[in-house]
Amino acid sequence: MLATEDILETIGMIREECLDIRTITMGISLYDCQSDDPDRLCTKIYDKIMTSACNLVATGEEISKYYGIPIINKRVSVTPVALLAGNLDRDGAVKIARTLDRAARELGVNFIGGYSALVQKGFSRGSRTLIESIPEALSTTERVCSSVNAASTKAGINMDAVSQMGRIIKETAYLSRDNGSMGCAKLVVFANVPEDNPFMAGAFHGMGEPETVINVGVSGPGVVASAIRRAGECSLADLAELIKKTAFKITRVGQLVAMAASRKLNVPFGIVDLSLAPTPAIGDSVAYILESMGLEQCGCPGTTAALALLNDAVKKGGVMASSQVGGLSGAFIPVSEDAGMIAAARAGMLSIEKLEAMTAVCSVGLDMIAIPGDTPAEAISGIIADELAIGVVNFKTTAARLIPAWGAKVGDTINFGGLLGEAPVMPVRTGSPAAFIHRGGRIPAPIQSLKN
Amino acid sequence: MKSVISVIGKDAVGIIAKVSAECAECGVNICDISQTVLNGYFTMIMIADISQITVPFTDFVDRMAALGRKNSLQIQAMHEDIFNSMHHI
Repeated sequence: MLATEDILETIGMIREECLDIRTITMGISLYDCQSDDPDRLCTKIYDKIMTSACNLVATGEEISKYYGIPIINKRVSVTPVALLAGNLDRDGAVKIARTLDRAARELGVNFIGGYSALVQKGFSRGSRTLIESIPEALSTTERVCSSVNAASTKAGINMDAVSQMGRIIKETAYLSRDNGSMGCAKLVVFANVPEDNPFMAGAFHGMGEPETVINVGVSGPGVVASAIRRAGECSLADLAELIKKTAFKITRVGQLVAMAASRKLNVPFGIVDLSLAPTPAIGDSVAYILESMGLEQCGCPGTTAALALLNDAVKKGGVMASSQVGGLSGAFIPVSEDAGMIAAARAGMLSIEKLEAMTAVCSVGLDMIAIPGDTPAEAISGIIADELAIGVVNFKTTAARLIPAWGAKVGDTINFGGLLGEAPVMPVRTGSPAAFIHRGGRIPAPIQSLKN
Repeated sequence: MKSVISVIGKDAVGIIAKVSAECAECGVNICDISQTVLNGYFTMIMIADISQITVPFTDFVDRMAALGRKNSLQIQAMHEDIFNSMHHI
């Protein structure tokens, strides 16, 4: 029998503390769409996506109503397009991006991921074409998300790719300058990218995935923050226990929704991603969790340790609540999408360097950070290289989603709207890494023993 | 199969009657009711059996929400599985 206090707790989490399912993402393989004719390829891609995901949005809404839990996004991820683009030129690749965009619009999904390339060890022809097409693809489409995996613990860091991505990000910022350089908010550079991530902008349908799959991302920073506030004074060990229990409850809802979606769509269940994903809504912030743990403001000394505790406890609680866990699974710290991070950045408490340290202990990286529009491409590459090095050495996923907002200076605010929020432009250190970046080549894979 | 119906709003005459009438019309059998009035706000939790429900459950959810809007209340019907998942291992 259900206890009244349990019922009220669940209802309170949903109504007052912003508990929601952040995304149901359907992964779709496009391998069977191969064609050496670009138009034929696009037609096959469009047909495959429309057929596979035709019921995705309606099913998501039905499940949301059935269980009374908001499901914020319904999304699609596809096979990395670089794998299909070997015979195409840049225009052909952009045509695929527009096809993906049209399919996403007609399905009613807000983002479609997989305009992606994996180049940790080097460039295939398709990867080169795809990467070169990213600025145009992202500035002429609305819903397409792009990612490039430029490093892995097994392969090291492809510094040619890192160098090129600095220029690609600048060009994307320029081409989408009328829209707050929004194109860059849909582009992420990874190390150790997971192949089953349901979250954008980094979602794609990996090579070892089934034909179609359902992956679910849960949310709930507000629930964790409220639980900590209610707990009042207690030791950090007690706090970790509390976070574990809360993460368990949140993740159970994700598992329930994932299984329901899998059953109703007749698509295999893939994973639940245990990430705590913030939104710009007040009370739905990872920074506020850290502050409710006792930090005066996110970014002050102690922030990395608090985040490490939070991230670990979320995983420990979540992993028992789901039969299959994967994706990014950790606390996200996107600056523009988190009211507490925005406030801390604006107050000068949070710097890019502090965020970089925080990414060493959490998922997933330097995320949604606006930097001055005149930041040199080499400096952007340098920031990316630093971030990827953390991932490569620590055998974890890291990523960089930087927005060198065209014409913007430190202190300006870039408004992306909706879940992407608004980003205060943060300062970048001015010393140039150009000579280092221009050396090119690959930073070798790190040794996996002698771990100090 | 059960549903949890939560009703929150300003206390007024006949709230239970209105919710019960809507349940009866949809073939939903009320098993348990608990209610409190806190600071003039009425909070009721109903557990109802929906195994004989005569309309699709999602329509019942809509009807309850509409009844709530008409009476300045928040009424939400949810499938019990979300509570079972969260609170029972």
